Amino acid sequence: MFGWQDIAHRYRRSRVGAFWVTLNMSVTIGALGLIFGTLFRVPIVEFLPYICISLIFWTFIASCINEGCTSFVDSEGIILQVRIPLFVHVLRTIYRNGIVLGHNVLILPLVLLAVGRPPTWHMLLAIPGVLLMALNVLWMMLILSVVCVRYRDLTHIVQNFLQVIFYLTPLMWMPQTLPDGPYRLILEFNPFYHLMMLVRAPLFGELPASANWMVCIGLAIAGWTVALHVYGRYRHRIPYWL
Amino acid sequence: MASIRLSNVSVDFPVFNAVTRSLKNRLLSAATGGMIDRRWDGHVIVRGLQDVTLALEEGERLGLVGHNGAGKTTLLRVLSGIYYPTQGTSEIEGECVSLINMSLGIDPEATGRENIKLRGAIMGIPAEELCERIDEIAEFSGLGEFLDMPFRTYSSGMQLRLAFSTSTAIRPEILVLDEWLSTGDENFRERSNRRLQEIVNSTKILILASHSKDLLLANCSRIVWMEHGKVRMDGPAAEVAREYFGG
Repeated sequence: MFGWQDIAHRYRRSRVGAFWVTLNMSVTIGALGLIFGTLFRVPIVEFLPYICISLIFWTFIASCINEGCTSFVDSEGIILQVRIPLFVHVLRTIYRNGIVLGHNVLILPLVLLAVGRPPTWHMLLAIPGVLLMALNVLWMMLILSVVCVRYRDLTHIVQNFLQVIFYLTPLMWMPQTLPDGPYRLILEFNPFYHLMMLVRAPLFGELPASANWMVCIGLAIAGWTVALHVYGRYRHRIPYWL
Repeated sequence: MASIRLSNVSVDFPVFNAVTRSLKNRLLSAATGGMIDRRWDGHVIVRGLQDVTLALEEGERLGLVGHNGAGKTTLLRVLSGIYYPTQGTSEIEGECVSLINMSLGIDPEATGRENIKLRGAIMGIPAEELCERIDEIAEFSGLGEFLDMPFRTYSSGMQLRLAFSTSTAIRPEILVLDEWLSTGDENFRERSNRRLQEIVNSTKILILASHSKDLLLANCSRIVWMEHGKVRMDGPAAEVAREYFGG
């Protein structure tokens, strides 16, 4: 019932700017693809779809988490007046970003077509990948939204943190370029790497490693346990903190 | 069956100033030993309600009086289930709608018609019901062709008309009102009063906070007088009003 409300609310607001988002994203992808492709000496045919997928899905993850921090703070007016489950406000944030993602994903087939990559059946596997990604992002948002109502400046810390993760995760660079040895740990212990692989590998016509799946499923279970605990415990305090 | 039962409800507000809201200070104060910080970290607790016990049955019309800061709004929020009591228990049965801010949820960029849907959704009117009633709401607002224009182009009077028309489309079991809502020019004011009266009459439990004696006496059978977060007096409307308004 409230999901419906979000559709109405978000789609209208983005009517003006929805495809601007797509356009901006295309320009960014094009520019970065050219610069870094040249810099890393990777053929553009390889690098452009790579960076396209990375940026589109990273934007989804990062803006979900960033905006997740302020989901309750932004809905203060509603929370203090209408009794609806607070979780709805978090869902609304992810929903909004899901719609933006939907707009951005449209770039992908164009890029694949441009570099002459035929679609494969493996690509369908990206769909459960995205869902699992969203499920993981959602618990992070839930925890952060609760904590950020209480400690407002955590929002800024999270922003910084995401910026660091952006460079630590192979998004702009390819994991193959990383020398062997202890450096690989940057990948193995980075949940965002595994989340990214779930979507990126199938889109490149490969199967994600089972380790990717295991990590992400495990992460979702552990994360949701903590998130539900935190939410259940502090849910009644949130209106007072606003 | 709508009913509200509060027993020994207390509500504490933590008041954070800019200092305690920051995690940095939390960490720093923890590092300095944590004993002193209580005194200067500004973590003050304000008791908004203290030991309030209140039972409302179906059909009751409750008025709420008290000076500013006496805890009226806090009590309204507890009664509508937004604040969960820090101590004591509250049981609220029935669908509760508060008409405190009529313009909540309105998006200035959207057209009037879209805003009717938005506002309706925020108040929890199911989509199908809203679809059926949208024409009636539109007609009541008297905005005609303006309904297809963006909300921000309305005059403030027209904005209020739209907000009022939509807000009063609900028929909740429990209605929470902070002062009487009345808007618009002479003609609309009269119609809006009648409409609000209709809702007030049809709701199973009414809770009305007001500073107007006439209004309270006209609509309420019982009045609770709040002072410093406590119930100072609770009884039949006429009696409490006599005490509170002084004759």
